[in-house]
Amino acid sequence: MANFSTNEFKAGLKIMLDGEPCNILENEYVKPGKGQAFNRVKIRKLISGKVLEKTFKSGDTFEGADVLDTTLAYLYNDGEFWHFMNNETFEQIAADAKAVGENVKWLVENDDCTITLWNGNPISVTPPNFVELEITETDPGLKGDTAGTGGKPATLTTGAVVRVPLFVQIGEVIKVDTRTGDYVSRVQK
Amino acid sequence: MSHAVAWQPSASLEVLKKRSFILRQIREFFFQRQVMEVDTQALSAATVTDQHLAGFATRFNNPLSPQVQTLYLQTSPEYAMKRLLAAGSGCIYQLAKAFRNEEAGRHHNPEFTMLEWYRLGFDDHQLMAELDQLMQLLVGCEAADKMTYQQAFLQHLQCDPLTADLMALRQLASAQGFEDIAANEQDRDTLLQLLFSCVIEPLIGQQRPVFVYNFPASQAALARIDEGDPRVARRFELYFGGLELANGFYELSDPTEQRQRFEADNAKRRLVGLAEQRLDERFLAALEHGLPECAGVAVGIDRVIMLALKASRIDQVLPFAIDRA
Repeated sequence: MANFSTNEFKAGLKIMLDGEPCNILENEYVKPGKGQAFNRVKIRKLISGKVLEKTFKSGDTFEGADVLDTTLAYLYNDGEFWHFMNNETFEQIAADAKAVGENVKWLVENDDCTITLWNGNPISVTPPNFVELEITETDPGLKGDTAGTGGKPATLTTGAVVRVPLFVQIGEVIKVDTRTGDYVSRVQK
Repeated sequence: MSHAVAWQPSASLEVLKKRSFILRQIREFFFQRQVMEVDTQALSAATVTDQHLAGFATRFNNPLSPQVQTLYLQTSPEYAMKRLLAAGSGCIYQLAKAFRNEEAGRHHNPEFTMLEWYRLGFDDHQLMAELDQLMQLLVGCEAADKMTYQQAFLQHLQCDPLTADLMALRQLASAQGFEDIAANEQDRDTLLQLLFSCVIEPLIGQQRPVFVYNFPASQAALARIDEGDPRVARRFELYFGGLELANGFYELSDPTEQRQRFEADNAKRRLVGLAEQRLDERFLAALEHGLPECAGVAVGIDRVIMLALKASRIDQVLPFAIDRA
């Protein structure tokens, strides 16, 4: 992989740091008038997901990380791995629980997910921004109630729990924002 | 076809009007004090030797000489102004453009406006008092606090910057979350600058400006070494609202020591793989002739305007920042 200097650190660049691929989020230049220049860099570690701030001397170089985002459709879970397929080449990739992480609760069959590969291996799975899932469990609320009150918890087929308005019932399909875990709307079947 | 070209100013016209007013206030301040305005040339045959300052170089094609000459844009008007002082100008000030290559960011533009002035018969503390008055006038702030560089480190990092050795500073930097730099750094001053810029600076001068004075002798720049405590130089800086605003000296006037410092700079440049700089012999000759006893300070005027207008980025107060140059 090529090496990158601090002046090439743009949002989205992937570099290796402490043996882990990292995504650059922000890069700020700090320099005392007569002193050494530094770059204060905000990064996301791509395996642990941790966001942290690092400070480097301006001009220091780091090895690039062979990280690639690819869009694949979710197929199924075999108990150990989650399988995804490229709908054009039909090539399949299996991600482990570590890569899927918390997002397991947003995986819907045939949905296009972003799989991040490091040296060809999946290290994270990002679901679409919106998914549609059926409610399997929720308190029967008052019919005729409109949104606006605090709502109630509802469990979805994947096990995810989201707050929904009181009028939403078991068996209904709802649209959820996976970035926030918020209910968006009911979906007409 | 020109629709996509950002030709408009970086700063709003409202801001530029206020900027104009601040420049007028500065001129009035010095007029009242009988300090003469000068406008020295921005191009010079020599540049600074500082390891951490990068000049812009250009080539002069002289219509009266076949030789192409390298000229540098000033990183500050300091050498030219000191040549005027040596020539007997008396107290002088200048609103100059300064140029520093490799500098750009939220608080940096590679070309910026610098206010620099020299007061004969002043020492660093008298000059700090005058700068304090100017700041109150321009920014409407309270009177500044004062602390030594040593006090700043003792108070915020429980470390004495004048006695801590390289290993102690590396451990301290590591404990503050700078392990990437601390692991291999061989230069004490780099670690001190890291700790000062990234830990201390955000903590000081928030309510009112603060002068930090008596910098370590190893960071004396063009300040004289203190007679009572040779570990420190009579150099000060001013900080306010997270911005470094000014750098001043009780000026070194000894030409021999000045030459030694330039040569030491060049030795450091060699060590880190930078090209050596030819010494500014005209500046050194002026010191040989005699620089009067004086104190001088350089103020980043764009940053002062940022404070006066509560701007968060330098490009918000510049007519055309570097991305619209």
